[in-house]
Amino acid sequence: MDHRPQAWGRPRDDVYGPYDASYLHTSMPKTATQSPIVTGTSVIAIKFKDGVVMAADNLASYGSLARFTDVKRLRPFLSTSVVGFGGDVSDMQFLDRHLTELAIDEAYEAEGCSAGDVSSSPSSTSSSDSSPNKNGQLNASNLHKYLTKLMYRRRNSFDPLWNQILVAGFDSASQPFLASVDLRGTAFTSPSLATGYGAMLAQPIMRKYAATEEDAARLTREEAVKVVRECMKVLFYRDARSLDRFSLAVVTKDGVEISEDEVLEEQSWAFAERIRGYGTQTV
Amino acid sequence: MTSIGTGYDLANSIFSPDGRNFQVEYAVKAVENGGTSIGIRCKEGVVLAVEKIITSKLLKPNANKRIATVDRHLGIVYSGMIPDGRHFVDRARDEARAWRDTFKSPIGTADLASRMGGYMQAYTLYQSVRPFGITAIVGGYDPSVDLPVDGEVGRGPSCGAGGKIPGKNFGGPGLYMIEPSGLYWGYYGAATGKGRQAAKAELEKLDLAGPGGESLTLEQAVKEAARIIYVAHDDNKDKDFELEMTWISGPEGPTKGLHQEVPRALREEAERLAKKALESDDEEEEGKDDKMEE
Repeated sequence: MDHRPQAWGRPRDDVYGPYDASYLHTSMPKTATQSPIVTGTSVIAIKFKDGVVMAADNLASYGSLARFTDVKRLRPFLSTSVVGFGGDVSDMQFLDRHLTELAIDEAYEAEGCSAGDVSSSPSSTSSSDSSPNKNGQLNASNLHKYLTKLMYRRRNSFDPLWNQILVAGFDSASQPFLASVDLRGTAFTSPSLATGYGAMLAQPIMRKYAATEEDAARLTREEAVKVVRECMKVLFYRDARSLDRFSLAVVTKDGVEISEDEVLEEQSWAFAERIRGYGTQTV
Repeated sequence: MTSIGTGYDLANSIFSPDGRNFQVEYAVKAVENGGTSIGIRCKEGVVLAVEKIITSKLLKPNANKRIATVDRHLGIVYSGMIPDGRHFVDRARDEARAWRDTFKSPIGTADLASRMGGYMQAYTLYQSVRPFGITAIVGGYDPSVDLPVDGEVGRGPSCGAGGKIPGKNFGGPGLYMIEPSGLYWGYYGAATGKGRQAAKAELEKLDLAGPGGESLTLEQAVKEAARIIYVAHDDNKDKDFELEMTWISGPEGPTKGLHQEVPRALREEAERLAKKALESDDEEEEGKDDKMEE
């Protein structure tokens, strides 16, 4: 009889032969998300003189199936920033919940440290006394840095969050801020940004209006919204994983306005007649 | 004190023969030395207020907040040993976060009070710990409609989450007071700390349980809270104090369901009225004295 603890509860070797433990030793490391499942397509955003406009359609695709059609992919953060998610929707949900916790913790911190500052300057008769003190809380630039570190860390543990993310808001100098980070932790910033198909189809259009920071600083809010709507239309024409209903967010110093039931108007599919090479056409 | 010398007060986990836990009773004494804190529950929300005794001129005015936010929609104020209170708040925040992790929604006021009551009670059970030297007042406003689930992407079923009985009101303001023994009850108005007797007498006059309490608006409640703290303050024993007030309204109210500090303008107005009310009270008393002399 084998009395070693390793043998407790195991079939007896003398009766059943040696235990085959090979299944316990796999040669591969643990595998997590290796490809996205339910996905959102492009997110686009452009700066204007008082802030940033961002848009993403309301579709979550399951492969090529348009599976969920009322998906909110633009998420406000602390009512000062917007985060737009492309890529895997469940990873987006994870990040959204994570950011909610982060926002709550940040508010605790701000309550603890900045509370005394408000009244220390008696000259400021600020009514912001009641509104959550925004000083000392994460701005869009801080948030983007945080997400960059998070995404890069996850990539390094071979368990990436399969998203392309745009962050819009204001930086520490209260200038409009727009930056992107992807599943590899690659981060960059630009007056206009787009993820996924948008990087190819919408970015050139947006660059016509805001090639440089100076150009962007001349754009009005109305112009910026118009450009973004135009880009969403082009994306709907050309991107097979897109939808004609989308969300539009405008971040200004006054806060974040998100409208989640925008519809593409004045579509014209006349150009489609001239395109050959798909469907049941016989050339 | 009957407990002294009997030995039954030496450990937390030992009852006296007449069924008392002396350590808990001593903890209550610690609370009775702390600055007064009160909570008022009215139809539109909850107001929390604390009398913050200024122990040193070197302390920065309006810094060192005593009322803490838990999650976004709950507030905790406490009287007694402040470090104990800080730890209590930390734990409450952990509970709120754990609730969110599990249920993807904010914790209810009653649920938080229950969990924190349980936590406080655990500190009356073991030899190795002492009870909390605080009494905490927990206020919150639970939404009457379904909130979106954290991280939800779509609208969900149009019928909602279910579980609602038609015609019954769900949510609303909640106010709980948790004592060092772990005992907690829900209250219309709660007071603890040094001036609790005077404060309770004033709270009872508000008739918060009756039809009068129902009609009390949140702003009136703020003004009453300020007045009660001023009434409960003992000028002779203590030096200066600062009034700290927070409030929580429903989603339609001024704080949009969040726990926030009362805006400075309103707080100052409330303090002005409180001082005026006190002065007129004093005058009345003086008038009575004069009459007696006559």
